[in-house]
Amino acid sequence: METITAASGTTSLTWLLIALPLAGAVILLGTGRVTNKWGHLLGVATIAGSFGVAVALWLSLLAKPSEDRAVRQFLFTWLDLGRFKVDVALQLDQLSMAFVLLITGVGLLIHVYAVGYMKGDDGRRRFFGYLNLFVAAMLLLVLADSYVLLYVGWEGVGLASYLLIGYYQTRDTAGPAAKKAFVVNRVGDIGMSVAIMLMFAAFGTVTFQGVFEAAPGASSAMVNGIGFMLLLAACGKSAQFPLQSWLLDAMEGPTPVSALIHAATMVTAGVYLIARSNPIFDLAPTAQMAVIIVGLITLLAGGIIASAKDDIKKALAGSTMSAIGYMMLAVGLGPTGYVFAIAFLLAHGFFKAGLFLGAGSVMHGMNDQVSMRRFGGLRSVMAITTATFGLGYLAIIGIPPLAGYFTKDLIIESALARSPIIGGLAVIGAGLTAFYMSRIFFMTFIGKKRWTEDVHPHESPWSMTVPMLVLAVGSVASGYLLMRDYTLEKWLEPVTGFVEPESSLSHVVVTSVTLTSVAVGIVAAILLYLRRDVPEVAPSKVSFLVVAARKDLFGDAFNEAVFMRPGQWLTRSLVWVDNKVIDGAVNGVAASLGGLSARARRIQTGYTRSYSLVMLSGALLVLVFLAIVGR
Amino acid sequence: MNPMNYIYLSAALFSIGAFGVLFRRNAIVVFMCVELMLNAANLAFVAFARINGTLDGQVVAFFVMVVAAAEVVIGLAIIMSIFATRRSASIDEANLLRS
Amino acid sequence: MSAGETFAFWVLAILAVGGAIGMLLSRKAVHSALWIALTMVSLAVVYLINAAPFLSMVQIIVYTGAVMMLFLFVLMLIGVDAADSLVETIKGQRLAAVLVGIGFGLLLLAGVGGLTVNEIKGLDAATSQAGGNLEAVAQLIFGRYVLAFEVTSALLITAAVGAIVYTHRERLVGKPTQAMISRARFTSVTAPRSPMPAPGVFANHNAVDTPALLPDGSPALDSVPAPFQVEEARTFTTADGRVITAVYPEGDDK
Repeated sequence: METITAASGTTSLTWLLIALPLAGAVILLGTGRVTNKWGHLLGVATIAGSFGVAVALWLSLLAKPSEDRAVRQFLFTWLDLGRFKVDVALQLDQLSMAFVLLITGVGLLIHVYAVGYMKGDDGRRRFFGYLNLFVAAMLLLVLADSYVLLYVGWEGVGLASYLLIGYYQTRDTAGPAAKKAFVVNRVGDIGMSVAIMLMFAAFGTVTFQGVFEAAPGASSAMVNGIGFMLLLAACGKSAQFPLQSWLLDAMEGPTPVSALIHAATMVTAGVYLIARSNPIFDLAPTAQMAVIIVGLITLLAGGIIASAKDDIKKALAGSTMSAIGYMMLAVGLGPTGYVFAIAFLLAHGFFKAGLFLGAGSVMHGMNDQVSMRRFGGLRSVMAITTATFGLGYLAIIGIPPLAGYFTKDLIIESALARSPIIGGLAVIGAGLTAFYMSRIFFMTFIGKKRWTEDVHPHESPWSMTVPMLVLAVGSVASGYLLMRDYTLEKWLEPVTGFVEPESSLSHVVVTSVTLTSVAVGIVAAILLYLRRDVPEVAPSKVSFLVVAARKDLFGDAFNEAVFMRPGQWLTRSLVWVDNKVIDGAVNGVAASLGGLSARARRIQTGYTRSYSLVMLSGALLVLVFLAIVGR
Repeated sequence: MNPMNYIYLSAALFSIGAFGVLFRRNAIVVFMCVELMLNAANLAFVAFARINGTLDGQVVAFFVMVVAAAEVVIGLAIIMSIFATRRSASIDEANLLRS
Repeated sequence: MSAGETFAFWVLAILAVGGAIGMLLSRKAVHSALWIALTMVSLAVVYLINAAPFLSMVQIIVYTGAVMMLFLFVLMLIGVDAADSLVETIKGQRLAAVLVGIGFGLLLLAGVGGLTVNEIKGLDAATSQAGGNLEAVAQLIFGRYVLAFEVTSALLITAAVGAIVYTHRERLVGKPTQAMISRARFTSVTAPRSPMPAPGVFANHNAVDTPALLPDGSPALDSVPAPFQVEEARTFTTADGRVITAVYPEGDDK
């Protein structure tokens, strides 16, 4: 366990990370039309400031020895209720730092991109206000020093996500999609709150440090229970099975939102939660196994769904699910996987954000159309977008020496080290990834033009292409930079620990197997989507698997049958009970009281002499009482 | 003679007054009965003052008389105004409290 | 305690209780007022015996003087003859009143009877220092009880103002002048223009309940003052020997 020192010098600026975007959000959302003209610039400026602070903090942490890099900045006491004391304090350590750089860096690029993307939209100021709110909440989430404060950020990003999915208020589909995301996230939040309650009940504290120090003394059942509850929370936020259904609908939001929140940052909060809670999961093998299973199911399901979607954003969303499935699988592997999960997470932040921005750029040029069946051949008119998207595509499927190769292959390697079944499924997932990503790339940029007649595709303005270029550079280089000479392993080791996976297979064998799987995926995609014409209307005579994949593997139908209908039935029976039993009891009491008082009213004759009689009788009773008691 | 006789007289007068309040319907007579009860109480005060050898009882009786005078003024004014609207001095007629 | 006092007590007690019972049983309110006056005067004498000459005077002046006068004054306004109906309107009230009244009285007497007085201290010691009962009471009222005394002044003023407010009636229109009354009479269709003939004019006797005869020989019913306009038919003979039956219409405004 590393020691945590109080913040001083440069690190005492940590609070500015959150304060800047929060102030931006307050100004942008509070001032109304006054800031319409320059609101988006303020939004970009606050994130740029945050990014600057983050870089400064990173440099100051680098200057310290690796054991002393964790700092804690106490801000104020939030709750002080006897034994339950919650400080608002920020904990900046290596894990937080990595996330802060990702959030502010990718966030800055996407803010810049959004300036161009949202140009001409009436609500651009509101949009940037929400984005700033999101960044502030996300930073709070990763900088919190206790589960309660993390929960605040957790809910904050949920709120921002809800607001941004429903950003296009005039669309019929945006509202229900936002509600769906909100409700499904609440299911996960139940896990979060129960986990916090269990921690307080078992350890009497909710700070990371306190919980991790006390965890080894707790019973195995308690630790596993906390682990399962944290896993439920992570599933909700990271769209993992069985709470995955909201992410595909969340693509209703503007594309920069999909890139920032639903690809690069917020959906990785679940991975962060489990990586942060590594001392608990290391003690809870059952919960760890559940994490692995959830990750495996999701990475395969996400791949299958992504393979059948014609909507470019939904296909990418499926890809996101799948990628986060990899990360969950990795964090489930314990100390051998944490670092790889974070590495893949960071690299994924670059290339998936780049892919989404590319998709946004395509939509920008194609009158906001999303169906890939009406794209095709776009490389001739959108060179920069094609190049950046292509680099992201190569990175995600793991072509050496791009980012995906360095990061994803390590996850597969450690999975194989754990068990051939887990590793085998992960290899199949890699093939699936190659297949659906190739499908997306081929259908969009290569092949025949299948455009509708009224579109005139064009390259996007520089404010959009520059962030894409930067992200493309990240997609290419981040993997090598992170994994070269155990850079990230050394950086994160004090927080998450690191154990070299002991594989019976050599590195070369694993890489060959994975690359073979990838090659199979690519060839399949070439045969299906390059050699054959892509129909402009989705074919209806398809296999069951395709039908299932188009319907998100019946996730919604499952939810409807298992949760919604029994829920509705329960609600109806509760309403019946409420009407007949509870209301009946209440009304019955009221009616009998009414009847009684109607009778009691007759006592009131209004005659003064009757009242006097009662009064004198009372005096008489007092005398009787005195006569009895007095003697 | 037992000085308690004065107290017995007081109790008897008080009971007669209380009974009168229940019995009579003419508001003015009811009022007289109330005055009788007050007088009975005064008698007890005066008798007890003499028995206990302090004058406080007499002073209290004096205050009772003052209050009774004020009460009679207001009471009779109420009777007058009721009579002006209802042409009756029966307290049974004034049963508006009923509804 | 002297025999004289015993004698005086029994006489005064019988008078007081007799006055109270008389008040209770008189049907006419005026009689009740006179009976209770008797009780109050008796009590004034009892006070005198009990070494309270000041209270005795106050009793006579305030109660029998002022309060009873006020009662009689109101009785005059309401109607001296107003008598209670003997029919009890509240079911069971009379029986309950008797039971509760007797029970209360008995219990009160029994309760008081439980007390025993060892000695009468008398008020000589209390009054001798001040120089007499009046002085001693005055010292108490303007000494220890001065605050209560001052408060009673506020009470009395409030009572006086309250009585005025209760009985005061605001005139909604101005008082009619003689000219207005005259004009109203001549513009009215029904009211007679001239004064009514006196009752009994041209009739065969001049009793006040005999209507005057109009020039055409018919009786002028309105000439009879309202209190004598009885509802049953009246027969009388005119000066020229005709027999006339006068019937006042029912519901005539008397």
